[in-house]
Amino acid sequence: MTGLLAVLSIILIAIIIVQIGKVTELAAKIRGEEEAEMEINNRNALWSIVFMVVFLIACVVSAVYYKNSILWYGPHTAASAHGGELDSLFNTTLFFTGIVFIVTHILLFWFAYKYRSKKGRKVLYMPHDTRLEIIWTMVPAVVMSFLVIKGLVAWNEVMADVGEDEDYIEIEATGMQFLWTMRYPGPDGALGRKYYKNITAVNALGQDWEDTKNLDDIVSSAAGEVIKLPINKKVRVRITARDVLHNFDLPHFRVKMDAIPGLPTYFAFTPNITTEEYRERLGALDKEGNPLYPEWHEPADPEDAESKARWEEFNFELACAELCGSGHYSMRRVIEVVSEEEWKAWMDEQKSFYLMSIRNTDEDPYKGKLLSVEVQQRSQDFRTAVDQALASDKEEDKIIRLEYVTFETGSAQLTQYANYQLEDLAKVMKSNENIQIAISGHTDNVGEPEANLSLSTARAQTVYDYLTEKGDIEPARLTSAGYGETQPIADNTTEDGRQENRRTEFKIVTQ
Amino acid sequence: MADIANPTTTPTYNPDLLIEEMGYEDHFHEHHDEDKYQSNFLTTYIFSQDHKMIAKQFLITGIFWGFIGAAMSIVFRLQLGFPEENMAWIKPLLGKWITVNDAGIGTLAPEFYYALVTMHGTILVFFVLTAGLSGTFSNLLIPLQVGARDMASPLLNMLSYWFFFLAGAVMFASLFLSTGPFSGGWTAYPPLSALPQASSGSGAGMTLWIVSLVLFVVSVLLGGINYVTTVLNLRTKGMTMWRLPLTIWAFFVTAIIGILSFPVLASAFFLVMCDRGLGTSFFLSEIFIGGSALEHVGGSPILYQHLFWFLGHPEVYIIILPAMGLVSEVLSVHSRKPIFGYKAMVYSILAIAFLSFIVWAHHMFMSGVNPFISNFFVIFTLIIAVPSAVKVFNWISTLYGGNVRFTSACLFAIGFVSLFISGGLTGIFLGNSAIDIQMHDTYFVVAHFHIVMGVAAFFGMFAGIYNWFPKMFGRFMNETLGRIHFWGTIIGAYAIFWPMHYIGLAGVPRRYYRFDTFDFASQFGAMNKFITIAAIIVFALQVLFIINFFYSIWKGKRVTSRNPWGATTLEWTTPIDTGHGNWPGKIPAVHRWAYDYGKDGTEYIPQYVPLGEGEKDGGEH
Repeated sequence: MTGLLAVLSIILIAIIIVQIGKVTELAAKIRGEEEAEMEINNRNALWSIVFMVVFLIACVVSAVYYKNSILWYGPHTAASAHGGELDSLFNTTLFFTGIVFIVTHILLFWFAYKYRSKKGRKVLYMPHDTRLEIIWTMVPAVVMSFLVIKGLVAWNEVMADVGEDEDYIEIEATGMQFLWTMRYPGPDGALGRKYYKNITAVNALGQDWEDTKNLDDIVSSAAGEVIKLPINKKVRVRITARDVLHNFDLPHFRVKMDAIPGLPTYFAFTPNITTEEYRERLGALDKEGNPLYPEWHEPADPEDAESKARWEEFNFELACAELCGSGHYSMRRVIEVVSEEEWKAWMDEQKSFYLMSIRNTDEDPYKGKLLSVEVQQRSQDFRTAVDQALASDKEEDKIIRLEYVTFETGSAQLTQYANYQLEDLAKVMKSNENIQIAISGHTDNVGEPEANLSLSTARAQTVYDYLTEKGDIEPARLTSAGYGETQPIADNTTEDGRQENRRTEFKIVTQ
Repeated sequence: MADIANPTTTPTYNPDLLIEEMGYEDHFHEHHDEDKYQSNFLTTYIFSQDHKMIAKQFLITGIFWGFIGAAMSIVFRLQLGFPEENMAWIKPLLGKWITVNDAGIGTLAPEFYYALVTMHGTILVFFVLTAGLSGTFSNLLIPLQVGARDMASPLLNMLSYWFFFLAGAVMFASLFLSTGPFSGGWTAYPPLSALPQASSGSGAGMTLWIVSLVLFVVSVLLGGINYVTTVLNLRTKGMTMWRLPLTIWAFFVTAIIGILSFPVLASAFFLVMCDRGLGTSFFLSEIFIGGSALEHVGGSPILYQHLFWFLGHPEVYIIILPAMGLVSEVLSVHSRKPIFGYKAMVYSILAIAFLSFIVWAHHMFMSGVNPFISNFFVIFTLIIAVPSAVKVFNWISTLYGGNVRFTSACLFAIGFVSLFISGGLTGIFLGNSAIDIQMHDTYFVVAHFHIVMGVAAFFGMFAGIYNWFPKMFGRFMNETLGRIHFWGTIIGAYAIFWPMHYIGLAGVPRRYYRFDTFDFASQFGAMNKFITIAAIIVFALQVLFIINFFYSIWKGKRVTSRNPWGATTLEWTTPIDTGHGNWPGKIPAVHRWAYDYGKDGTEYIPQYVPLGEGEKDGGEH
């Protein structure tokens, strides 16, 4: 029914329109066609002037109205070191094109109006004018040369890759349908190799674990996770794609580059304002205390007048600017620029993706093996534990477990990697000549108590022997004893508890 | 219409006498007593070989596609302007493109939003502004204005239309696929376009899209070869190249560009097909998609972009040059003055055509090509501003000192110049790679190309239609409706596209299904509503044009004079009801250039009038 009504009303409108056309033609016939035609001509000439004036005013007024929302000006000057030059180039171009735009529009419509058809008007037979033509070929050519030179100088500076001895951090952005996955190098400062055929459900980037540079890399793929960058430090972004083309777009930093499967691209830029400072810029007040940019003081949530002001909620955003499928419009990540100290502290908190998600799973080629990073980590942890024990006054804090000194089942034979912690212990004792320790072995309550006692004694003795023989520690500084199942520290009825109870530890007796 | 149809100082030329006296006898009608080409309905209206009928076929097919393409833009503008509104009401038309939830609220699915955007671009660029514009007016005007009986090969000309028709039929069929038509953007960049796993439209939709466009390339080549041959070989006696109207120069150069660039597009499509079907790796490398790693290695998606834009950039001149030609002619005729700087206009066309082949990578500054290469493309791109500026200044100077008749045709020609200035100037921003870092693929680009090659080309086309409608159908279009059409459209078009500059300047990328996913993109809600409303109004005005067009074919005011606009060119020497072969007797011979308006106090001197004693041809300067 509504469809029928719509069709009917369209037909009706069409008839009315056709009638309007017919009526004006008839009216013209009655009044004398020539006279009517002249009147119409004059009216249209007048409209062209009105149009020109209103149009030019509307262009200028709307530009002023939106000036605080668009980039390049006022609060929105670039947030990166290279951006300033681009902003200046934009404004120079706007200046020249603005003049041409206004002047040509005035001339176009003014001439049309001024030379509107009049009875008996003699037209000017002017097929060409060489001098004029040379002028208006040369003037654009000169202006264009100026813009080209300014543009290319800026372009080649911005697109130059990092220099050989330049200080920069390299991060990686990988576009995939429909999210951005970021990768930071870990402490080694280098990103590891990756290959698309290594990609699995867990290993979304296809990192190659054979390349040890990968083992400390930090991967961030959740859309809600903030990407932090340090201020005033050059960031070289390695831009890659997993499936189709994407584009790494950071509008506030004047950064944009396609992400291409099989062909990494790069963009290097230096953020030069923190998120906090940028927010303050948007929320700035003038001398009288009025907002400089009122639109940024509106509530961030238009539905809720009590919500925070827009400037307080401002964030730098990462978008995709190359059509990549149905979710193209939703690949958002937030970038936060912070001070270098804050960034370092944040980086320290980040965990290596390999250690978090791959280590000792079936995908881990090093499953069951000990990695040097882990050895280092264990040494560090051990040192920390010893330092804490030395600093403490309490008796119970002086006991330190040798977590990684483990033995073959039912024997006092050390396992493959037990020596690392024993070396650490030897090192500690060497650097602190005053330390004397008591080594003790313990078991759970499975099996015969006598057997447990002798096994724990033997194991404590193994540690003692290792330290005195291989570690070259004076025997007088050590004692060793086995306690079997007599000193449990956890519940022996659970497997976890029994695991806790099977342990070798030492106590700092003197220091 | 009186003073326009019958100029005040009616010249005393009698074309029939002059043609009979000085014309060229080719014995055409002695051999064509019985018109074997147009003997029945089928050969007259359907499989016609008459260039004038083929022009009408191109035009009406173009209008059909223009309507479809514009209607699609209204649907996706509704999504962008009113994303929360219930769209269930268009479900009867769009079917499963609209998903209706339990509460009865209809939403346009993202895949179909992208399908609409892609189809809108493809249809408008190829079917409307290439075939509908160049196809129509090259066919209509080349033989008539150079003084030829028909095209060099009427048969190929007919085939050119029917390949275009087939291309349209295949594209139309793709709209009804269950997986939807192609949805990867009109540029069809692989891997998105090459892998069915990447997007639902990249399956059968993409296959039909390629088949359609390959057919279209065939159509363009058949037409183009014909246009070039006709202009070179079938000019009448005295019609030297420097006496050709600017329309013909524009169509001639356009055809050459098309012949040189479209085959490259076809080869790019052919290679995409190989990647899709034969497992080759021209454009694909190291892709993991849909849970599996593909075997393709060593290809480069950038190679496709080079091939595509090697056509793609000349293509925008294939669209705009014919419009420029039409506008030059219309402005001169209706301001009753010679076009200013005729030779400069021709050289500008040639310069633009040449440069159009060496600027393609300015679409790819941010595509990962070596930044060093971009230096050359920046230089060549910004050089184009010089011939373009010359053309603009010449059009403005053409109005200076004239006697301007504000007919619909003339209004659209003036509007074209305004749009070409506005859109051309923003090109100076985008062509400078450093600024393009920020502007690339934002709404600023959308505003730029819609104004400079979308709306402007349409304005050129409208100027042409209003001006040559009397030649095509022997009747006038209604001028009142024409002027309403013009004023509404120019105001509306600027209302649509001017604000998009601001959206783009805020960094908002194009091809976003909705804007609320990003803070920086979500601040223009009111503006997007405004744009959508303006788009609906402009769409309604184009419906008004279509009504006027078809009404006027049968009911428009009859043309009573053979040369209603008082023009100098040869098409106005044929009978009002121009038959097959164009001239009933001899072909007129040409003695002067096409722009003798207001010379020596006369209102105009047609091209077939011999030079007076001691008179110099105005074009020779």
